[in-house]
Amino acid sequence: MTGAHGVDPSATPPALIVDHLTKQFGQRTAFQDVSFTVASGEVFGFLGPNGAGKTTTVRTLGTLIAPTSGSATVAGIPLTSVNGPEIRQRISIMPENPGVYNRLTVIENLELFAGLYGQRNSGPRITKALEAVNLTARGRDLCGSLSKGLRQRVGLARALLNDPAVMFLDEPTSGLDPVAAREVHDLIIGLRERGVTVFLTTHRLEEAERLCDRVAILNTTLRLVGRPDELREQLFSRSLVVETLAPLVAPDDVFNSTEGVESWRPDGASSYVLSVVDPRTIAPHVTRALVAAGADVVSISESRHSLEDVYLQLINDDPEASQR
Amino acid sequence: MKFSFGRLGAVLRKELREYRRSPFIIATMAVLPLVFLVEPLITIFRIGPSIPASTVDKAVGATFLILLIAPALLPAVIASYSVVGEREQGTLEPLLTTPLRREELLLGKALGVVVPAVGIAYVLFAVIQICARLFASNAEVVALLGQGPHILAEILFAPLLAGWSICVGMGISTRATDVRVAQQLGTLSSIPPLAVVALVSFNVFTPSVTLAVVFALVLLVADVILFRIVSALFDRERLITGARAQRQSRGDGHVAPPGTVRRIPRTGGTKDG
Repeated sequence: MTGAHGVDPSATPPALIVDHLTKQFGQRTAFQDVSFTVASGEVFGFLGPNGAGKTTTVRTLGTLIAPTSGSATVAGIPLTSVNGPEIRQRISIMPENPGVYNRLTVIENLELFAGLYGQRNSGPRITKALEAVNLTARGRDLCGSLSKGLRQRVGLARALLNDPAVMFLDEPTSGLDPVAAREVHDLIIGLRERGVTVFLTTHRLEEAERLCDRVAILNTTLRLVGRPDELREQLFSRSLVVETLAPLVAPDDVFNSTEGVESWRPDGASSYVLSVVDPRTIAPHVTRALVAAGADVVSISESRHSLEDVYLQLINDDPEASQR
Repeated sequence: MKFSFGRLGAVLRKELREYRRSPFIIATMAVLPLVFLVEPLITIFRIGPSIPASTVDKAVGATFLILLIAPALLPAVIASYSVVGEREQGTLEPLLTTPLRREELLLGKALGVVVPAVGIAYVLFAVIQICARLFASNAEVVALLGQGPHILAEILFAPLLAGWSICVGMGISTRATDVRVAQQLGTLSSIPPLAVVALVSFNVFTPSVTLAVVFALVLLVADVILFRIVSALFDRERLITGARAQRQSRGDGHVAPPGTVRRIPRTGGTKDG
């Protein structure tokens, strides 16, 4: 099987294997019984409402905190406290708050982290990382003088320094303007093309839909894992939206007698939503039936449900999430 | 992954760069030693040639004590900021996402404080010695200041007292949630070892090379033990989440392959902060 972006998940070992992982803080459960696998080179979106346990999951997989139960393999290394430094050498995590040293310059910040990754001749790597985030001109500026968006880019450059096998990005476009956010998106696409596995935590559903091969929706427990289009198909019946110039005289007669239309409902004065098995096959039948009934057809189109619809559908079903 | 001097050096360089760019730290490091320098100089210069030997002894003892207060007090404030300060400015989590070991982080930070603190202490001692030889009117003062045990005590105790203060300060810093509390506690906790120095300085114990070496060894052992305790106190999970780490219990189960959609039934759970 080949993934949406040319990734063959079966060709290389998974970058992440999470198996019934649970984290509790005393009586409080951060996340529970979470299992999923992320293929090498995949961009995996991790979605969920505030307090769903997304950041705690990232911190657990990044060996910052220990799971209460369950197991995981990160970048091919079993998740244990002993393996912590080795795992951290092969991954990078960009927290939501980039956490840069304001009294140091951009380059000095990166020199520190290059040193922590054991890189002796770090100059070329730092130059490359700064180029990747379009920050070369600001290299000698103190981080304290940078805007939030630019500091976020410093955080991203830092995450690129060790050529990670798995990169965890926690809300990487939070606080960025649309242009800067687009640059981050392009960077993530570039990472995917280089075979880097990206674990992307985000609240921006259009971002997840655009960038991610698969997404998981977490709300303490994992609710859904799959490709965005698969999720849409699974949660929503496929439908056609029909618009006519004037309201139909007998819409029941038109739609109920048309082959492939399972049900219909009005959606405004002269608009109708039809549940169908296969919109592409049924659309011509519907068009013919409408013309035969003397209707002036304005448009017939397939109804598209966004990932946001999927997300809201799941979260609205969850009373706990709505209380957060 | 073993202890790395490269990572230790990276932390140390960062610390020194931050000091250089922080006017407050530089001002503190510069002004306090001046206070510690002025008072002993005045004392020494006021001792005339006819002052009794016992008074001279006490004055010189007080001078040594004051000189050792600098390496004990100066680092305490900075060390107690070390971890809680990183937490407060949001830089601790990025640091902990690297392969950096806690010992490397703590030792790097400790060296970043000990180097300037001990440097300042030695400079103060050198200035006192030079000024005494050039300007002191009492020959006994010069002789006492130049005594081998006193000089040895100064050389040995300055880094060891600084080490104690730094370890205590960092220990407090790993547990504190507020920078101000950490710095106040750090300052207070640097005082006890000075009591030992005071006993020697005021001749409660007669200063000798053996005594200086024994006290230095005791302080060295105490510093090492304290550093190990501070390392053990450094709990990543607690520092990041505020909650204490829990032991992992074994879990098992299946792993779903990529590329499949799974709708997972709700099993409950409570809020995550």
